[in-house]
Amino acid sequence: MIDPKINRRSLLARGALIGGFALTPQLALAAAGTDQRLVFIILRGAMDGLAAIPPIGDARLNPLRGGLAQPPEQFGPMLKLTSDFAAHPALKGFAGLFAAGEASVVHAIASPYRERSHFDAQNILETGSNAAYALKDGWLNRLLPLLPAAPPPVAIAATLPALLRGAAPTTNFAPSRLPDASASLKARVAALYENDALLHRLWSEAMATEMMAGTNDGGTGNPQGLAASAARLLADPAGPRIAVLDLGGWDTHAGQALRLGNQLRQLDGVITTLKTGLGPAWANTLVIAATEFGRTVAANGTGGTDHGTASAALLAGGQLKGGPAAGRVLGDWPGLSRLFDDRDLMPTTSLNSLFAGAAAGLFGLDPALVSRRVFSAAPAAPLAVVKA
Amino acid sequence: MSLAAIALNRFGLGARPGDAAPADPRGWLLGQISRFDPRPAVITALPDAAAMTLQYRQNLAQLRRQGVVGIRRPGDPEPPKGPGAEAMANQAQRERRQAFAQAYGGQVNARLALSLTTATPFAERLVHFWANHFAISTDKLATATMGGPLEFEAIRPHIGGRFADMLLAVTRHPGMQFYLDQAQSIGPNSLLGEAARRRNAPRQPGLNENLAREILELHTLGAGNYTQADVAGLARALTGWSIGGFVRRPLGVAAPDGQFVFQPNWHEPGSVTVAGRPYRQNGEAQALAILNDLALNPLSARRLALKLARHFVADAPPPALVDRMAAAYLASGGQLLALYRALVEAPEAWATPLAKFKTPWDWLVSSLRALGRENVPPLQAIGALRELGQPVWRPGSPAGWEDDAARWAAPDALLRRVEVASRIAAPLAASIDARSLAPRILPGTLSPATASAIARAESPAEGLALLLVAPEFLRR
Repeated sequence: MIDPKINRRSLLARGALIGGFALTPQLALAAAGTDQRLVFIILRGAMDGLAAIPPIGDARLNPLRGGLAQPPEQFGPMLKLTSDFAAHPALKGFAGLFAAGEASVVHAIASPYRERSHFDAQNILETGSNAAYALKDGWLNRLLPLLPAAPPPVAIAATLPALLRGAAPTTNFAPSRLPDASASLKARVAALYENDALLHRLWSEAMATEMMAGTNDGGTGNPQGLAASAARLLADPAGPRIAVLDLGGWDTHAGQALRLGNQLRQLDGVITTLKTGLGPAWANTLVIAATEFGRTVAANGTGGTDHGTASAALLAGGQLKGGPAAGRVLGDWPGLSRLFDDRDLMPTTSLNSLFAGAAAGLFGLDPALVSRRVFSAAPAAPLAVVKA
Repeated sequence: MSLAAIALNRFGLGARPGDAAPADPRGWLLGQISRFDPRPAVITALPDAAAMTLQYRQNLAQLRRQGVVGIRRPGDPEPPKGPGAEAMANQAQRERRQAFAQAYGGQVNARLALSLTTATPFAERLVHFWANHFAISTDKLATATMGGPLEFEAIRPHIGGRFADMLLAVTRHPGMQFYLDQAQSIGPNSLLGEAARRRNAPRQPGLNENLAREILELHTLGAGNYTQADVAGLARALTGWSIGGFVRRPLGVAAPDGQFVFQPNWHEPGSVTVAGRPYRQNGEAQALAILNDLALNPLSARRLALKLARHFVADAPPPALVDRMAAAYLASGGQLLALYRALVEAPEAWATPLAKFKTPWDWLVSSLRALGRENVPPLQAIGALRELGQPVWRPGSPAGWEDDAARWAAPDALLRRVEVASRIAAPLAASIDARSLAPRILPGTLSPATASAIARAESPAEGLALLLVAPEFLRR
């Protein structure tokens, strides 16, 4: 099919990797100039931070959230992190790392964006700007010139996310079989066909068949497989030092309790898979999982939540150990008595603050320099999360 | 839905982001027939039918030398044996496959590139329509690389002319001749036939009715409108219609590879009757006269009108429209432009909203156009079309692909479209905003439900994919 002599990386970088081409990742060119590893997980669709890391110490939580305040029984009891915060029971591995000082949370965090469009918000999250589509390159790409030489960062995805786009070389790697259309897309297609008699019937049959065949994995392909690929690449001493994972499916407008539980279980699996796969390199690793915005505090009429403002970011990795964030929930908790626009968790920490502080700490850079060179469009005081 | 939107989406290949709405939609469509370029550079750069015939002949010779069963002839030297010979045979097979894949990929690429960039999308649609009317399938050794040449050489030059000329060009083309086994059809009472009888040759030459039958059933009159006697008559008249360089028989006239040649010494003498008319001509003129009459037969006219109306208007088009189109065609002496004019000027063709479910080809092309793509890696397009169920020039039968929703609107097929949409949208999601693209691609048909689903999508990529699988985008 494809001439093996064609440079695989040039194919990957151009996003030409579509279809079932089984490729062995051969991304390493030269030994990396740093042992530090960064994994960035983009949680697309707006993760509900209040459900992932519920503020159990806040008396307003139960009255405001109603039935969504407690996870469904089948997931088990909440996992207490601190006196004020717990983790959703699906985040079992994450809670374990938290207890061991290898995980932390930044709560009530948001980008500078205050509207509620996924597209615009993701663009701002990825470009580090204060306006959508104002910057053409991603903040992670702008960080690269400040780092020691290393093989180009890799996105474990069919295409390069905006986060990595820009002048510095980057690449992407998709495992042999690309994920099928995501569960989220399928759910939206189902809704789109609801009033079209022919398409509704065909789609329902297709979904029923898929369910019987057991190929419906209920998620974005196989996130743990993607995480294993990322870990394999990063663990290689001569491999890349930065990987980006894309996890969709967080837009839980309806039936949130079950869907979000499954999503969080996948995220938990991704984090623990990274730890296992990285082996000794986990000690040099920082994982950041962030989403474009949060969700409404109150449940809506369909057992879900709508687009909100502040959410939570999850951090994990051996690099946290002994540092200022180890086993802690960072960020100023604004409380639930005063809400943004009378509906959303009030943002108190900027995502750029976390990104700048984390990148500087992890790679031993001057935080002010990172802020100036990478986040000049929307600067925020860098938040220290890694031991200096 | 505006007339301009109908012109772009129903009659064309789908709107592109930069397309201006034609001010005079009907004039814009009909004017394309004279503006159409039948031999653009992307096609003339490709190896033609003659080159493909030569390649086929060389492949056959190689297979004979290797002693392949069914191709090896009695009296051929013993094929080489042993592991070395086997390895060589395998290597030769790999090289043949590679050559096929390269030729086919280049042809599909040219067709797709034209579809994505053309200034005359209605004319390109007609090319695809007629290529399917005169379908060959590239799953035979002889026709593996003939799909492109047949369309490029026999269809494109004739879409604005007389149907009879297109019928003749296709009937003479090596792609059709090989596909329906015409090139070796020899009259039993021709000079060659008689010589073989006198010599008591082990293989007596004979008639092959395959092409004659399909001309009557598929290309002209239609099923139920001809008899076995008509088939036999046309098959006799077609004896001697062959291809140069391919057939090595005694008493043949030499001709270059891949070129149509009439072999007078293989032609069955005598008069024949087809569709109630006697044909007493000698030689090549006999089948020429039959083909010309078949093209102008009212049954053919009705059939072409029905197929064309079904392609553009509705699976069951209004009978009155079909009648008017057929009448216009006959009144013009078999001019295709008259057929198109009757279609484009018919109010019915602009009325029914979104009655047609796009074929996979139409859907993929319109999707790529909507995204502003001007080229796609050929392997990617070939793979997607295989997955969507409509590999180019490979319908598997001379009847071509069906042209109704019953064939294409199926559960798994719909799922495949969603998957392909998700894949082709992803790389462009960062540069295209589906919210502003949707009303430009679907002016007047974009439903509030679709617009809101796109705006509420979880990611830009998802929004773009939803646009491509929206009910109003799956149809035209």
